[in-house]
Amino acid sequence: MALEERQPAPASQAALTIEDLTVAYHSKPAVWDVDLAVPEGVLMAIVGPNGAGKSTLIKAALDLIPRAAGSVRFYGRTYAQARDLVGYVPQRGSVDWDFPTTVLDVVTMGLYGQLGWFKRPGRKERETALYALEQVGMVDFAGRQISQLSGGQQQRTFLARALAQDARIYFMDEPFAAVDAVTERAIVAILHELRARGKTVIVVHHDLQTVLDYFDWVALLNVELIASGPAQTIFTEENLRRTYGGRIATLNGQLLQAAGD
Amino acid sequence: MKRISQEDRRVWVLFTAVVALFVAFIPFSVLAFDVQYTYTLRTVALGGAILGIISGVLGTFAVLRQQSLMGDALSHAALPGVTIAFLLVGRQLSALLIGAGIASWLGIRFIMSVTRTTRIKQDTAMGIVLASWFALGIVLLSYIQGRPDASQAGLDKFIFGQAAAIVRSDVELVSVVGLMAFIVLGLFWKEFKLITFDPEFARANGFPAGMLDTLLSTLIVVAIVLGLQLAGVILMVGMLIAPAVAARQWTRKLEQMVLLSGAFGAFAGAVGAIISAVEVGLPTGPLMIVVASAIVLVSICFAPERGLVWTLLKQAADRRRFAALNALRDLYRHAQNHGDPRYPTPEALVTGLRGNIARRALHQLAREGLAVREGQSWRLTDAGIAQAEQDTLPHWSEGNAPLPAAQPALMGAAD
Repeated sequence: MALEERQPAPASQAALTIEDLTVAYHSKPAVWDVDLAVPEGVLMAIVGPNGAGKSTLIKAALDLIPRAAGSVRFYGRTYAQARDLVGYVPQRGSVDWDFPTTVLDVVTMGLYGQLGWFKRPGRKERETALYALEQVGMVDFAGRQISQLSGGQQQRTFLARALAQDARIYFMDEPFAAVDAVTERAIVAILHELRARGKTVIVVHHDLQTVLDYFDWVALLNVELIASGPAQTIFTEENLRRTYGGRIATLNGQLLQAAGD
Repeated sequence: MKRISQEDRRVWVLFTAVVALFVAFIPFSVLAFDVQYTYTLRTVALGGAILGIISGVLGTFAVLRQQSLMGDALSHAALPGVTIAFLLVGRQLSALLIGAGIASWLGIRFIMSVTRTTRIKQDTAMGIVLASWFALGIVLLSYIQGRPDASQAGLDKFIFGQAAAIVRSDVELVSVVGLMAFIVLGLFWKEFKLITFDPEFARANGFPAGMLDTLLSTLIVVAIVLGLQLAGVILMVGMLIAPAVAARQWTRKLEQMVLLSGAFGAFAGAVGAIISAVEVGLPTGPLMIVVASAIVLVSICFAPERGLVWTLLKQAADRRRFAALNALRDLYRHAQNHGDPRYPTPEALVTGLRGNIARRALHQLAREGLAVREGQSWRLTDAGIAQAEQDTLPHWSEGNAPLPAAQPALMGAAD
């Protein structure tokens, strides 16, 4: 089985290959026939209007929701086979932050998958988690109850949990949603650090104005994939107009957020 | 030696207090109410305590998964299982409980699959299951009671529970099954914690969330089924969630919450049973729930940080602190306008600006040695000036010109 699945890896193998991916909610396509190849080592933004299927695309890639059609490969392997290589940062609002636990404990959860069944996290896991917290500048908050965190600190806790996994490719669902400028800069620094270490990072992003500053690769999505590739060539007014269906305005050459967003 | 935080110590103190209170309650009940610790009462109290531990520990997860009402639906859903098992096998406790468990478990699967596959929301699905399963149970119960067979007597006790009917073998059964549930909980501790906190992340990390979810739900069903005989299908949800809700008030760690919840549950179960022995005819199950609810009430009111009293005290303290800070600023700013930080400020100026709370604030400053009263006026001391410069200068020294004293836009937004 495993031998058949493993194809000879070309030198420039894509980190993520999505073919003919379709996801349907109640017979309406949320993501329709998407083909996407993401080379290793890029920092990619998935951009598109509300309801364009950005989060759905990520979740379908990670087998979190069923696919109606298509296949997803990580370094040529299925998600089940490549799980250890993939880190995931869900939307911050997806959990109950009043859960009785500490920041360090949440970050340690990133290591549960590697620990395997029945084993309890020990000193080694604790150190890995503390190191991850150090990278996001949260080490002083290790013992803090998570209900006492600000939105930005919650986001950085989630980032640290993913960093603890030490994956090769990261998926982040709106990490910049409702965080202050300081946190935003901190997250950007982490993203660039990850790229410097050769990681691939795929981020659902909402703010068109910062796309070119933060990312070097971009995928424009509105149920269908409109375009993807290097940000400089793909992130054009023409492509954005196609993505947002004309609901986009430019002012003095400056991109404005799509109307109604 | 490891340092114990104040919060950890609080939990241990509370845990000890619960145990001590229980130990003290036994002689108290003998002296005050002349409770006779007969064999029956000891059995029922022991059964109540053990049930309390089991439902308290497992109920923690029901509460944290925001499935408190699911517990209610599940316990109601157990009734048809009891009656069908009776029709099939006759009156045999283990068979009745297995029947209850199966019915309850089918109820939870039904709720889950309806929620997942249709647009019906979970609360609606729970309402449907609760009403329809329970109605079926009542119908079957009436049918059984209409039969001339004498063995059906007491089957209706499953509705409200009848702890007095508990015998030693029942307690043994509850203990053994409860112990097995705890072993499973211990084995899957970190997995259960993960799927309770962040099920999506658990799935993305390769944990079979569906399987773990079913396992955890099954444990909760086990707790419900074990408690049916004592608390009954209608009130069992109280034993499941009340100890956990109370425990949540006192701690911020899952481990401690589980421990405290178990202790509260045991206390409620045993004390409820003992109180029911004060007078003939007092129902044990409802009394257990009353005791558990009393613990919840005390916890909601008096728990530090999350409790009502604590919150009110904190708000009052904040008001006083900010009032003192504002009064300090007022004195400093008024004096600055006169070119001398020691220039006295009329009390009426401060109270006119801030209201009556400022009078207490000024006396607070006096107690702290930051200001002194001179006739109808107040003057900052050296310490007060130092404090005012340290606290307030950065906010209004831009351009080196103090804002006009009448502008109340400082930190008065505290209340």
